[in-house]
Order: sequence, then C-alpha cells, then structure tokens
Amino acid sequence: MRYVDEYRDAELGRALAGEILATVEPGRHYKVMEVCGGHTHSIYKYGVDDLLPANVELVHGPGCPVCVIPMGRVDDGIAIAHQPGVIFTCFGDMLRVPGSKGTLLEAKAEGADVRMVYSPLDALRIAKQNPDRDVVFFAIGFETTAPSTALTLKRARADGVENFFCMCNHVTIVPPLRALLDSPDLRLDGFIGPGHVATVVGARPFEFIPADYGKPLVVAGFEPLDLLQAIHMILGQLSDGRREIENQYSRVVPYDGNLRALEVLAEVFELRPHFEWRGLGFISQSALRLSDAYADFDAEIRYEVPGVRVADPKACQCGEVLKGVIKPWECKVFGTACTPEHAIGTCMVSPEGACAAYYNYGRFAREREVV
Amino acid sequence: MADDAARAAPPVAPEQPAAAPPSDREQRILGIIETARSKRARFKDERITMAHGAGGKATQTMIEGLFVPAFESEALAAMGDAGAVAVDGTRLAVTTDSFVVKPIRFPGGSIGELAVNGTVNDLAMAGARPLALTLALVLEEGLASDDLRAEVEAIARAAKAADVEIVAGDTKVVERGHADSMYVCTTGVGAVDPRATLSPSALRPGDRVLVSGTIGEHGTAIMLARGEFELEAPIESDTRSLWPAADTLLDAVGPSLRCLRDATRGGVASVLNELARASRVAMVVREEAVPVTPAVAGASEILGIDPMYVANEGKLVAFVAPEAADEALAALRSAPGCEDAAEIGEVRTEPPGMVLVATAFGGKRVMDQLVGDPLPRIC
Repeated sequence: MRYVDEYRDAELGRALAGEILATVEPGRHYKVMEVCGGHTHSIYKYGVDDLLPANVELVHGPGCPVCVIPMGRVDDGIAIAHQPGVIFTCFGDMLRVPGSKGTLLEAKAEGADVRMVYSPLDALRIAKQNPDRDVVFFAIGFETTAPSTALTLKRARADGVENFFCMCNHVTIVPPLRALLDSPDLRLDGFIGPGHVATVVGARPFEFIPADYGKPLVVAGFEPLDLLQAIHMILGQLSDGRREIENQYSRVVPYDGNLRALEVLAEVFELRPHFEWRGLGFISQSALRLSDAYADFDAEIRYEVPGVRVADPKACQCGEVLKGVIKPWECKVFGTACTPEHAIGTCMVSPEGACAAYYNYGRFAREREVV
Repeated sequence: MADDAARAAPPVAPEQPAAAPPSDREQRILGIIETARSKRARFKDERITMAHGAGGKATQTMIEGLFVPAFESEALAAMGDAGAVAVDGTRLAVTTDSFVVKPIRFPGGSIGELAVNGTVNDLAMAGARPLALTLALVLEEGLASDDLRAEVEAIARAAKAADVEIVAGDTKVVERGHADSMYVCTTGVGAVDPRATLSPSALRPGDRVLVSGTIGEHGTAIMLARGEFELEAPIESDTRSLWPAADTLLDAVGPSLRCLRDATRGGVASVLNELARASRVAMVVREEAVPVTPAVAGASEILGIDPMYVANEGKLVAFVAPEAADEALAALRSAPGCEDAAEIGEVRTEPPGMVLVATAFGGKRVMDQLVGDPLPRIC
C-alpha cells in the first residue's frame, strides 16, 4: 500500500534501532510511557519493542478509551439499553467491556436492542430511520472522537431529530497525565505523546510536562517507524539533558491543534467537575458532558439511570502498574480475582493492557528477554 | 527460543543482558495461571451471545465444556472437521454444517454454493473423497420463489462441480421474521482415502505450514456486500471445493501430510491456534510470506481487522513434514485455484499451544485465539 508501507520499512527500522542502541547509556534503565492505546496497538502489532534494547522499557499508558470506562457507567448504559423501545448504539469494542453485571453483548442476548456502529453518524441515521424509537449513542473516547460526536449532535439539531440521545463518556487526556505525574512514586523518564488526540488539541497542551515535571514528550504517529523515531527523540533529549515538547507527527499534527474542532467541542460540551476512571479513581475535570444548550439530547437527563458507583476492588493496583511502580504480577489481585475473563482494572480489560498481555503471554515474554 | 534465528529475520541483536530469574512470587503466579488455563473448559455462561458463534474462545468453551462431555463420542472428541465411522471395514467421514450467511448472495457466490462447498471441504479436510450430501432448507415466509430457485440451481451446479450427489432433503417454512431469508443445513458423507493419515494431534516440531492461496477474501467480500462501510473494492468470495487440492496433496506427499484444515470462520489464525493446542506445539508464522491481495490488505487496513482472522471458503492450511514441504507446495500450486499457495511458517517446540508471528517489520507478536467477533456473522 503506497503511503503506508513506507512507514513500515524493516530496513529503516533496523537502522533506527541501531541509532537508539547508540543513544542509550549503558547500565541505565529507561521507562517510556506511550500514552495512547493506539500506540500500544502498533507496538504490539509490529513487535516494535523487539527492536529496542532490553533496558528501554515501554509502559502502556491510560489512553485506551474503552478500558478506562468504570463499571458503573457500563451498568448505566446497560440500564438504558434495557428501556422499552430503545435502540442502543456503541462502538464494537465497547460491547465486551464488563460492568458489574455483565457486558452490553450479554444485554443484547437478554433482549436489549444493542447495535454496533462505526461512527456516531450511523447512530443518527438509525434514529432517522426509526422515528418512533429512541436511539441512544454511547459516546466514548478522548478528544480524538469527541469532535465527531459533537458534529453529529449539531447535525441532529439542524435536522430537527428528536429521538436521538447521547450518553456522553468522553474524557480528556491532560488530567489523567497530570494525576500520574503528581504521584510521588512515578518511575517514568519520558512520554510518547498521543498523536491522534494531538491532531485535535495540538502539542501545546502538553507543555506542562517538560515545564512542570521535567520530562520529555514527543508527539508521535502510529506507524512503527514513527514510534521508533519518537523513542529515539526522547532518548536523545534525555542524553542531551533537554526536556521539551517535540512533534514527530508534524505531517498531521499542527502545534496549536485543529481550531475548528476545538470550537465545536467548546460549543457542544462542557467539563464535568469530576469523572471516575477505571483503576485510577476520580479525577477532577477529566471528562465532558453535553452543554446546557444540548441538554435535550442528553441521555442521562432523558433516562433515570442507577448512577451507582461500583467501586473498583480495593486491592486493584492499576494505578501503580500504569505509573511503572509495580509489575502486573505484583498486583494483589492479578491472576486470582482479576483475569481477562473477569477483569477488574483497566490494565486487564483490553487485550493490549499491561496486565492482560502479561497474563496471556507472560511466560513467553520472559523467554523472549533472553533471546 | 534459540531456534528462531534460523528462519525468521534475524533480530536486531543489541546486546541483551540476560534477564534476572523470575522471583518466587512471579513463578507462583505464573503457576496459578497455568493451572487455571489447563483445566478442562467449563461452560458457565448464562446465555448464548454472538460470541458463541464466532469460532473463538467462547465457541470452544461451549464445545469442549458442553457438547463433548454430553455426547461421549470418541469421533467428536477428536475435534476434526468430520467424524469417522467404520462400516464393514470401510472408513467413512461424516460431517454436518449450517449456513446462515447474510446477504444470501454476494460477489463470488451465494448461500447455496457456500453450503455445498463448505460441506465438501469439511470432508476433504478429513482426507475423504466427498460422495453424497443431504440438504435441509429453512425458508422464511415471504421469500421470493425466484430467490429459492436461484439457490437451488446454485446448489445443483456446485454439487455437480464437486462431483457429489444430493441424496436426501427436508424443507421447513417459518413465519416471517423467524429466519433471515433462508438457512441451509447439510450433512456430507465421504470415503476416507487410504493415503490419508491425518490428525489434528499429528503435528511435530519442524513441520511446515502451507496455505493454498491468498487469504481473507470471503469474509471481506461479505462485510463489504452488507453495505455498512460505504467502501467498495473488487473482492470476491473464494468459495470452491477443496477436494482437488486435497487429492493432489495426498497423491504427492500422502504419508508426510500431517493435517489439513479449511480456514473458514476465524480464519487462518484460528486454525493455527486450534492445532497448536491439539498437538501441544508452537508455530511461527512469517508475516511477509502470507499471501494477501492488495484489495484485501487495503480493506483490512481501513476496517482495522487482520486478514489472518478473516473467513475463507476455499482455502486450506496444510501441515507437512519438512522433507516433503517443497514437493507439497509444488503439487498444491498445480491444483485449481491454488496458484498462489505459499509456505508461511513452521511448527516449533516452545511455547506449546502458542502461535507467534515474525512481523515484516522485524518484531514478534503472539497471534492469539479470537475472544469473539464484534463483526456480524459471516458464514
């Protein structure tokens, strides 16, 4: 595939890996967090970490939007899906995320009309095709997907659609990063910045990371060469003693973001005072809800939802795993109460989460280290 | 994993310090996980979800945890594509299948053709020459007679092409809304070829893995035919009888052929995982050796799916002893529809039950069993 394969060239990858090797200080251990779930996926898909020296460790960050949805929110979604006449729509990967009493996929098997969509516009189309039913879109994602939800709501209003509702679970990237950075036991050396989020918000909102916390951040694309280059840039900063924002993904990310998208977000959404993150607890001003101007479309106003907070079991240590303080197997519930079949924390929910990966491939991963 | 270097692209060998031995606690946790995983599957789900039909872990739990223990059949427990029955010394292969594809017609084929080829292929993968089929139709009230006629003709054509006779049948009509146009259920009977010594547990380290052509076409064609993606591509279902390919392979390398599987629901990845478990071996697939057409590669990229997990209806995976691999590949390429056959990987010892991919980029990843399929049913 032209314009794609160029970024997956194995030859160039080996060359970059050589440069990375030349940049690391012998004996020093580096922990670099890729913030975004999309990066985790690429690293996993292409085996990017196999090209890194063993003392450069990638830590999977909190940027998997599906995994951070707390159980209580899933329960609320399922409660709405079970309301008579409701068509409940969401992205496919949300269907399998467990609430306290099962998943949306199981709710579908129990009779709820749950449908997978690829875009919020598909949900709006379903609403137009079924004027006598309420269609609810379970919106998830960081600033990457929030503009498409916002534009869909604007379209719904412009078209006079009255049976379309949104249960908003959009979250923002900076507050959880700040929460991680604020913790005194943080063991990270630098960050691979989320490229997709940055296409919307730009690189500027991450300036506090080098400025306030003294850690480098490089906004990166999603192809394997993008990632290797970003890692090289981070290691370069560390070895030069620089701490700054760099934009590896400049072919897509403008430093100030997409101003029109930001305007739409400001019009349709407002910040929630606080929002719960699976495994991370409550983080203030970390999520969006519909603004008063769009209250008519707000599923949480339209429906009575239980709104019960389902506490993560106290023993869950996702926060520490994310901060790189402990390894998955050091968590008190890992492999016993918390397994991929019955996941407790965010790190176990996604197959690419640190704990799920270790659960499934831990033995293999250890063998790989001694290749 | 010392034997990896032989075939896979050499790792970028930075000096890797030897890992510290795992601590006692880590070892204990890994032990707990291992014990939990090796326990016999138990079917505990409260209801059937679409995941139980997707061919992944949920399906497997249902089969191994519910069906196999209930029926106490040795043939069933062998988990082949077809079961074996001996009648007066003649070994027969018996298989059964149902087809619920939507839409019933799609580029490259239709439900009728799929039903015949799918059943014939299950026999062929058991090393059996297909002889006869039965056919049960579940029709939805309101189905256009022309649609039925078209499918009956498609079934007749496909049966003729595959040289099998339809010897019994049944028809039921259900009320509108209780079936999606039509469902087709078949049973196939074949004669096990004396040259065949196939078994899912016969794989040995060193064996080579062949696929009979470009993968992912059927599933992609169906997804696009549903019109949910507003994406168009010239991709047709690959539905065809695989007996000629199986016959050619048995002829060329019969005793060296360990196992054959058609890579239907769950794709090539699911076949490899199933057999890695059944034979207690590992497999390594070289990503760049896997044949995929540019159209399927492009569609997969856009839809965010991996063609290795996408259904085929006319592609087989063959496991062959290493010394016979070249001969098998040459023979396979001479079979109709198998011109693009390729050797994609090999069987290893460690880690047992796992399938690894050597990525074209030079890394490795685990190619796991599907948990379930978020995409609508495709076969």
